[in-house]
Amino acid sequence: MEALEAIDKAHGESSLAQLEKGLEFRKIARSLFKSKAALAGLFILFIVIASALLAPYLAPQDPIAQDINNRLKPPVWDPKGSREHLLGTDHLGRDILSRLIYGSRISLIVGLSTVLISGTIGILIGLIAGYYGSWLDDIFMRLADIQLAFPFILLSIAVVAVLGPSLRNIIIVLGITGWVVYARVIRAEVLSVRELEFIEAIHALGGQNLRILFRHILPNVISPGIVIATLEVARMIILESALSFLGLGVQPPTPTWGGMLNDGRQYIYNAWWLATFPGLAIMLTVLGINLLGDWIRDTLDPRLEI
Amino acid sequence: MKKHLIRRFFQTFLVLLGVSIVTFAILHLTGDPTALLLPQEATAEDRARFRHEMGFDDPLIVQYGRFLKGALRGDFGLSFRHNQPALQLVWDRMPATVQLTLAAMLISVSIAVPIGILSAVKRNSLLDHVGMVIALLGQSMPVFWLGIMLILVFGVKLRLLPAFGMGGIDHLILPALTLGMFTMARTARLTRSEMLEILGQEYIRTARAKGVPPWSVILRHALKNAAIPIVTVIGLEMGTLLGGAIITETIFAWPGVGRLTVQAIYNRDFPVVQAAVFTLACIFVLINFVVDILYTYLDPRVRYE
Repeated sequence: MEALEAIDKAHGESSLAQLEKGLEFRKIARSLFKSKAALAGLFILFIVIASALLAPYLAPQDPIAQDINNRLKPPVWDPKGSREHLLGTDHLGRDILSRLIYGSRISLIVGLSTVLISGTIGILIGLIAGYYGSWLDDIFMRLADIQLAFPFILLSIAVVAVLGPSLRNIIIVLGITGWVVYARVIRAEVLSVRELEFIEAIHALGGQNLRILFRHILPNVISPGIVIATLEVARMIILESALSFLGLGVQPPTPTWGGMLNDGRQYIYNAWWLATFPGLAIMLTVLGINLLGDWIRDTLDPRLEI
Repeated sequence: MKKHLIRRFFQTFLVLLGVSIVTFAILHLTGDPTALLLPQEATAEDRARFRHEMGFDDPLIVQYGRFLKGALRGDFGLSFRHNQPALQLVWDRMPATVQLTLAAMLISVSIAVPIGILSAVKRNSLLDHVGMVIALLGQSMPVFWLGIMLILVFGVKLRLLPAFGMGGIDHLILPALTLGMFTMARTARLTRSEMLEILGQEYIRTARAKGVPPWSVILRHALKNAAIPIVTVIGLEMGTLLGGAIITETIFAWPGVGRLTVQAIYNRDFPVVQAAVFTLACIFVLINFVVDILYTYLDPRVRYE
């Protein structure tokens, strides 16, 4: 048992490891500042997160206050635009910039919480399927196949339509259905780590399965999990806005980017700004996450192909 | 090889069974489908009668058995709205969806593969940078926004292309481009990275040293080996495209299965929703099966694993 504890310790909190971590962190920070793409991604995300957190202070107007006299006002650079509404107003006279700022909240909440749920489920399933193998593995991998058989968006709109569109239901549906990609990759990683000598050694010393799984295997397979999670935030944000775009997202008057796009679509012939800006917001956010995610992948796990 | 085939066949069968369970379960998620199917003002008597008529008071397993039996015969019930067999409606719309999906595939592959190859060969050139930035943007763009922007630019401002509905080949351009963008971006990036990896291999150096002309090395020696992963991903992208078609068709009023499904969801026309979900999932599973078999055939290494 002493030997086991020593191994656990070596994996955990030895001062040498701490020192290495510090050096590692500095190395990572340096590589981040070297990569222009990752910095750009970080910058975009900083703005999005800041606007979600500080929406009441940043938004120039009330995002749901209607003003019928000022409906469909173009952005400020148009001769007909006004300085009160920098990006113009929508069909109900609501300020588009303010709605964009508030809309970032729903996107981020959904993106982060769904990834937390699906990542936890997926990584756990991947660990179990990879480590225990045999029939457990078979069951989980067939479940994954079944899940993948449905076009994701089709399954989510059908289920959300049945359950009723609300923030909670969207998070549940996207969170529960997103596990497959984690499970598959983590499983494959576990399969190779499981065979390594140090795991065999811990086995021989009488280590418990669960302890081996979480203390020794998990830390060795977590990097692809982190990479996937980052990129999945982007995908979830797009899915949420697709649901909102189809009218199955968080219901009005709460501003969402997808919902704004849907409103704007009907005014495409005379008010281009309604649909253009929310789409740009989605694209830039997703781009920021993808840039950062690509960098994290190159840093943590360059072999990974996602 | 034969053993692998049989195993894959059995797996596919299991997955299709699972697909049928999920399709059945969608309607029963809230416990009582009556509330979903009847308007709110229906009386308790109406509800009870309807529940009994539809067999919703039977045990779930009996209901599932009935659903599966129907599904195997292609019977998902009548569409509430169109009063026609639901599956018939889906199949009537299928050619439009297939046409759109194939056009999207064609456009994306014929643009993405050359860009990927050129970017890899001329690594770090201006062309490489521009190509990859566009690919990154294409991967970050939501389908529905791209569609609306294309309508705005080519349909509303320039009046070059029709923005809605089905017609000649010009009607196909905007929706196919919209649908294909993500696949295009992904394929371009993948082609580039696969080509880069293979161009660094020793046998490529040998071929060059032997004096094989540069383009012959790239196309005959490198591309041929890069083709397997590219083809696999393209095959798997069919699923993404089928999913994307749901939104693309809605934006462009394209009369395919996707638009039918979204409308059926709005109208609570669940027989049509179930028929469409089941059909699309089965098509995807079968495509995967075929891709997998082709893959085994193309790359003998897979067989011996």
